[in-house]
Amino acid sequence: MFGLSKTDTRFLLIVICLTLATPILLQPFPEGSGLAQFNAGYPDLMQRFAIFGIFAIGFNILFGLTGYLSFGHAAFLGVGSYSVVWMYKLLDYNVLWGLPLAIVVSGVFALLIGIVSLRRTGIYFSILTLAFAQMMFVISYSDLLGRFVGTSITNGETGLQVYTSDPQVLLGATEPNVPHLFGIVMRENFWQPNIGGWEFTFNNGYYFCAVIAILAFYLSLRIFRSPFGMMLRAIKTNQTRLNYTGLNTRPYTMAAFVISGMYAGLAGGLLAAMDPLAGAERMQWTASGEVVLMTILGGAGTLMGPVLGAGFIKYFENIFSKINDNVLHGWFAWMPDGLEDFIVTILHPFVGKGWHLTLGILFMLVVIFLPGGLVEGGSRIMHFIKRDRKAKGRDPEHHPEHIAYVAEKEEF
Amino acid sequence: MSKTNITRRGLLKTSAVAGAGLALPTIFTSGASAYTNEPGAGSVTLGFNVPQTGPYADEGADELRAYELAVEHLNGGGDGGMIPTFSSKTLDGTGILGRKVEFVTGDTQTKSDAARASAKSMIEKDGAIMITGGSSSGVAIAVQGLCQEAGVIFMAGLTHSNDTTGKDRKANGFRHFFNGYMSGAALAPVLANRYGTDRKAYHLTADYTWGWTQQESIANSTEAMGWETVNNVLTPLASTDFSSYIAPVLNSGADVLVLNHYGGNMVNSLTNAVQFGLRDKEVNGKNFEIVVPLYSRLMARGAGENVKGILGSTNWHWSLQDEGSKAFVKSFGTKYGFPPSQAAHTVYCQTLLYADACNRAGTFNPCGVGEALAGYEFSGLGNGDVLYRADDHQCFKDVLVVQGKENPTSEFDVLEVVEVTPRAQVEYPPNHPMFGGDEASLGTCNAG
Repeated sequence: MFGLSKTDTRFLLIVICLTLATPILLQPFPEGSGLAQFNAGYPDLMQRFAIFGIFAIGFNILFGLTGYLSFGHAAFLGVGSYSVVWMYKLLDYNVLWGLPLAIVVSGVFALLIGIVSLRRTGIYFSILTLAFAQMMFVISYSDLLGRFVGTSITNGETGLQVYTSDPQVLLGATEPNVPHLFGIVMRENFWQPNIGGWEFTFNNGYYFCAVIAILAFYLSLRIFRSPFGMMLRAIKTNQTRLNYTGLNTRPYTMAAFVISGMYAGLAGGLLAAMDPLAGAERMQWTASGEVVLMTILGGAGTLMGPVLGAGFIKYFENIFSKINDNVLHGWFAWMPDGLEDFIVTILHPFVGKGWHLTLGILFMLVVIFLPGGLVEGGSRIMHFIKRDRKAKGRDPEHHPEHIAYVAEKEEF
Repeated sequence: MSKTNITRRGLLKTSAVAGAGLALPTIFTSGASAYTNEPGAGSVTLGFNVPQTGPYADEGADELRAYELAVEHLNGGGDGGMIPTFSSKTLDGTGILGRKVEFVTGDTQTKSDAARASAKSMIEKDGAIMITGGSSSGVAIAVQGLCQEAGVIFMAGLTHSNDTTGKDRKANGFRHFFNGYMSGAALAPVLANRYGTDRKAYHLTADYTWGWTQQESIANSTEAMGWETVNNVLTPLASTDFSSYIAPVLNSGADVLVLNHYGGNMVNSLTNAVQFGLRDKEVNGKNFEIVVPLYSRLMARGAGENVKGILGSTNWHWSLQDEGSKAFVKSFGTKYGFPPSQAAHTVYCQTLLYADACNRAGTFNPCGVGEALAGYEFSGLGNGDVLYRADDHQCFKDVLVVQGKENPTSEFDVLEVVEVTPRAQVEYPPNHPMFGGDEASLGTCNAG
């Protein structure tokens, strides 16, 4: 179906089902229980999962396929956000105007940055993209552009917001003054059932992001399986050899760079579509580094990996950072006093503001023991189960296993 | 590989189904409760959103201590702190409106994005009815906007920019802390007294909202007394070395250096300025002076020896001798072993004020609470008689002019109060041009 092979179709359907069921899957614990702290099924975080999933999928098209490590992708995220908020300010709160603009504008920026940066490869390429992103960050953080033209373009450190004094020429009388899609307000929930203590939140904004994320995922699946994707993989494997055979690789890397820039712009636009504010911090180098971490943590070059990585990091940032000493004392209240204090002291550096530390340790473990990221962990488990099921000793002569030709190989 | 081609008819069908699916959610939209996060009968949750990492982590940690103390006092624990001295007597140690006060915490990382994400998770996941905190104006403004949209009350913490209650004021947002304009109005007369009215000032300003508005305020009030502003140089927020900005000061003919810096920035720029020997210089026949308009004890401690004799302003200081301040310092000191900072004081007051407003309004509905806070006059919280002005939700109270102590007795005793500027002197009309002029408006309150 959809121009995909059978396995890929099945894979896509699984991804669609998981995405649509996220509000249920992320609420495994009933409300009021001690473990409810670990529930992640609230709108803001689910939206972030989908949005950063898109961001990582796009980044993976560049990094996973061509091997070009961009350290400045957050710049496109910021550009996307600013485009959408400007559309709010000029036209109205309908997200439909801003999102295509976000994709186009970030594509243009990617083209301009790509023309310069793609002249180099390896670490030089990384540094060039980092430099461009930092320049754009500083320009928007101090609103240098706005100061130059005499009005506010990025509104500096406070972030670009919509004021009642803005033109908003399309704003109707009954139109909601928060982001919406033809009246469907993003921040509202369309269904909030409480089933036997389990609370589920079905949010308009999340499903909007989810549908776009599925489309983005489908597109990336098609790119991975296309001759174009094969070409990008060839660049990663040996660019010099390609050049010797008379192929000009620049148009391919440029296309990959622009496409992944547009993905980032779309993600940035969606961030502003969920929350009408564009802050300069999302262009900072730490944000660029974050998407690199997401991709590597999940598994660079695989389809599902970056999405998993994005979810993993966002989960830690939002759930672990909120466990404070009070919560810890609540958990271990059943222990004798001295032991309780001792355990809380031990755990204290790893939760709350120490969530970076926990994430760092996990990242190291993954990189050392699962170089292919979380996806490799998953496939190892699958492999282990399958091997267990197969009767051992069916092949006493130890024939080598059949390995798929690189073009037939289907990676998830 | 089996592939299916998309037919025109198939495509039409699919898009029709998809369109119907997208339109479906509108059928379900409904409002279950009267306002966002209406609390149950047993307890009520407050959200404390402070920087736990990043440049203002010290302030954030102190704020969190004060919040925990306030919750303890509201629930009837400890010695009650400022509750007995507070002019309103609705707080009786049984929580708010008979509900036990619980709290959740979040890390703003001093970034608008992270702060909004953390505030959102408190509202959406933990059911917080009020969000408070912040140690930077950019963050406070961003979170205030979010609370307005979400329909909860925002009680601002440490935010000194004019914009918070100026052009970015919101009906659901309230600020107890003072602002750049008040610093200028309080400092200017003291500066004129000490250093004369014929001075040339050189400004170094942190390049973001707060820096800009404070610089504007200080320049305005000092120029009104006859000072001349020679130059204003914007420094990037991330700078750690200010030597290259200090060197040109001496050649500019200026005889006063105003450092519109906060936190780590101020510690570094002041240290650089003192190392360059600015304070021993004589320019235009006068002693060269340095002014730091917004002081905090935590900063003064960081700058050490260098703050001696340098003038600035603060919202509150622990050495104040009124009943409220004494009670607060005692109760904070008993629990944590050292005196509270002004950040701790302002957030403690904000928590009490919110609780009291709920009690007086008899509801947690943000619109009701907002009405109870707007135009409210109170005393006994360490700043004398205070008014929460209804027009912009800014507190008006006395402002302290302080200077670095010459002979500190301990590491906490680094500032001394020079003058308590009366409230009348720092007041301004709500449509003041520095506060967004006539265009700025609170909008209407949003209960979600």
